[in-house]
Amino acid sequence: MNTHAEVTRVKQSIVVEAPIARAFKVFTEEFGSFKTPEHNMLGVEIAETVFEPRVGGHIYDRGTDGSECRWARVLAYEPPHRVLLSWDISPQWQIETDPEKTSEWEVRFTAETPTRTRVEIEHRKLERHGGGWEGVRDGVAGDQGWPLYLQRYADLFTHAA
Amino acid sequence: MTTDSAQLAALGDATRRTIFELIAERPRSVAEITRQVPVSQSAVSQHLKVLRDSRLVRAEPKGASNVYHIDPYGLGQMRAWLDRYWSKTLAAYRVVVEQPPKESQ
Repeated sequence: MNTHAEVTRVKQSIVVEAPIARAFKVFTEEFGSFKTPEHNMLGVEIAETVFEPRVGGHIYDRGTDGSECRWARVLAYEPPHRVLLSWDISPQWQIETDPEKTSEWEVRFTAETPTRTRVEIEHRKLERHGGGWEGVRDGVAGDQGWPLYLQRYADLFTHAA
Repeated sequence: MTTDSAQLAALGDATRRTIFELIAERPRSVAEITRQVPVSQSAVSQHLKVLRDSRLVRAEPKGASNVYHIDPYGLGQMRAWLDRYWSKTLAAYRVVVEQPPKESQ
């Protein structure tokens, strides 16, 4: 069971020199300022990334041509401690419209001191992405999955070079 | 790390990436792949060898020929991708959050 969970989630954490309220505020309100550039499903450059600060809101990228890409739903919004979001991106690097086939990522904020905050990200339920993930993990049918992520990653280097 | 570089290099070629995407859609034989790309079957075979060597695809014998699948090694790569993604995101976040707050702009 543990093994299964480990296979289907990714965890990361960091400690920042900022009070918890600021840590939360920057993470949500300024998400677009630190989001990595390879994360872009629009055909054009991203003009801005908006994090709507409420349950039922979205994170969306707006392209320089006005097009929008809503790639996460806000499932929990509990300032300054926690947000829970969906990851509506399929293993084929397209917007997944079936919520049953989306994974989720939780961000937790813990005050270590009044001026220091631990920020933890857990991206889990990766198996819900369905055939792609299962097939790749088990080495059986449905051989599709991560490749386009990897391709995007490769493209990044190609464009940067 | 070495594997990553090999995979990135393997996907650096446009034809090879197309072949890789075709296999990602569903397992295919060399002949099936050749019908979809504007290069010869022997060129496709060469590309497949590179993809196989970098563990992006694997070959399964079927009758007289091979059927190519995405290598199950991929999940580890996918998780590695997300690990890097979140790691980079958090590192970039730290830079922003530790800047002195700009109260008025």
